[in-house]
Amino acid sequence: MARIAGVDVPDRKRGEIALTYIYGIGRSSARKILEKAGVDSNVKISEWNDEQINKVRQVISENFKIEGELRSETQLNIKRLMDIGCYRGIRHRLGLPVRGQRTRTNARTRRGKKRTVANKKKATK
Amino acid sequence: MSRSIKKGPFVHYKLANKVKAMNSSGKKTSMKTWSRASVIFPEFVGFTFNVHNGNKFIPVYVTENMVGHKLGEFAPTRTYRGHAGSRKK
Repeated sequence: MARIAGVDVPDRKRGEIALTYIYGIGRSSARKILEKAGVDSNVKISEWNDEQINKVRQVISENFKIEGELRSETQLNIKRLMDIGCYRGIRHRLGLPVRGQRTRTNARTRRGKKRTVANKKKATK
Repeated sequence: MSRSIKKGPFVHYKLANKVKAMNSSGKKTSMKTWSRASVIFPEFVGFTFNVHNGNKFIPVYVTENMVGHKLGEFAPTRTYRGHAGSRKK
């Protein structure tokens, strides 16, 4: 198991895939990192030598904002929106979709699991 | 699609002129506007705009953080106070 960027321990996978286990690194930035570090993206992490691992670590810490730092940045951005009281901030506050999606149905990701509302008694004829 | 850079951000010309005039004369009064699509410029900071929401004018005090947003973002057009019976928080 290799430890890169603090907590993450991806192993037994190709470098390009393994790096995506780090928050803030996807396929394309993983490819860029490996290219910069001069590591073949098809080589598994377990087969890297210490030098290569260090090089990758160095490239990441120099060029990428990842994990906690990135999370706090996104949180700050959201907080900013909420503080200035703009439409997007209000939507964040309410826990509703921010980008104009429909809310009549769906929007379950933002609104969370369905809570059924007791429906009104039907009027008796 | 985003707006062409060549044009620069949109501000209603009357609004821009008013702000300019007030900045040069040093007076700061609030002003009514219907131009919700106008982008907030750095010069607008410290002013209070009364932004129309389709029904009435919502006072919006512009702070530094708001620069780059549009005036309409701060004057919501819809009212929703929750459904009857769903009481929480």
